[in-house]
Amino acid sequence: MERHYMDSKIKGVSTGVSNVNYVCSKTINKLIQVHDRIFCCIAGSLADAQAVTKTAKFQISLHSIQMESPPLVKAAASVMKELCYNNKEELQAGFITAGWDKKKGPQVYTVALGGMLLSLPFTIGGSGSTYIYGYTDAKYKPDMSREECLQFATNALALAMGRDNVSGGVAHLVVITEGGVEHVVIPGDKLPKFHDE
Amino acid sequence: IKYKKKKKEWQTATTIIAVEFNGGVVLGSDSRVSAGETVVNRVMNKLSLLHDKIYCALSGSAADAQTIAEMVNYQLDVHSIEIGEDPQVRSAATLVKNISYKYKEELSAHLIVAGWDRRGGGQVFVTLNGLLSRQPFAVGGSGSSYVYGFVDAEYQKGMSKEDCQQFVVNTISLAMSRDGSSGGVAYLVTIDEKGAEEKCILGNELPTFYDQ
Repeated sequence: MERHYMDSKIKGVSTGVSNVNYVCSKTINKLIQVHDRIFCCIAGSLADAQAVTKTAKFQISLHSIQMESPPLVKAAASVMKELCYNNKEELQAGFITAGWDKKKGPQVYTVALGGMLLSLPFTIGGSGSTYIYGYTDAKYKPDMSREECLQFATNALALAMGRDNVSGGVAHLVVITEGGVEHVVIPGDKLPKFHDE
Repeated sequence: IKYKKKKKEWQTATTIIAVEFNGGVVLGSDSRVSAGETVVNRVMNKLSLLHDKIYCALSGSAADAQTIAEMVNYQLDVHSIEIGEDPQVRSAATLVKNISYKYKEELSAHLIVAGWDRRGGGQVFVTLNGLLSRQPFAVGGSGSSYVYGFVDAEYQKGMSKEDCQQFVVNTISLAMSRDGSSGGVAYLVTIDEKGAEEKCILGNELPTFYDQ
């Protein structure tokens, strides 16, 4: 991306339904895989975000080798948080870390601009996210199925892209489950349309 | 009106919405007026009467918005006597637009004008910064950014009066829960052929969503 500020609108939704656990993560521009079952969505300055995720990816791999087991999502999120907090003066990037691990199943963490770490059932970020706070508050339900989750995320992205002048293009989604990772790409013209289109 | 002390000026940084339905309009607003970080009035009614069946919703600087509404109220009274019948919503909106546009450097208020008239039925007009545009629905104020997605998704043409009222209440409730400058109670005005009906919904009676 040539633009300095990432116009990404990101969302992660986590839900557990009986034995099947899903995490739907969604990003317009960049979705970085930091480990087999952990992805990171970035918002803000692209350069900062890339630098942080590269460092984080290395640290998480090292940690996982030392522990001799796949890393916890919380550990990955903590790594991001440490980097953001310790360099808060220079950095301008926010992250959403989401994934699946054996201990707690699907989880979503958000690391805000100054280095705050929060665990949430779902979260949104990026410049376009302000426009869909109302929509996601209204429409989110706990324990959605995979299809409902994908639909919720797709709708929210489409609405944000319709209102935010720096969001647009293609919608990327990643579904992370115990069984693996699946990429879903929805081009702009296949996104859901609303009343004024 | 050249001198503007923006810092502690009373702002109705707010959430306002107006929606057309079959046979009328519904206007809604929150009730918070802030000056910097302080809430100076938590129960202000931001839906102002311009004429029997034409209301406007105020946002931005409280003083500016109220003054515009009062001036247009007077001008509309004169106009309706001259033409001998109820004024059109478009006329009211044009009067607001004229003031907003002429004094756009000094004023900082955005009014949404909505009402019912015999010729056009229920109509909603936006007059932001001096433009005039008719829309099926309009949101305004600082809280509106958070609910653009929600109103885009949920609005449907040709809603009934009750659905419309519920839509407006839901929207205001969502915006109030996210925007620090909106809060208090929700005011609703429903305007149709028979007249205008005002309603106030207290904070604890507002709809709640998953995290409340």
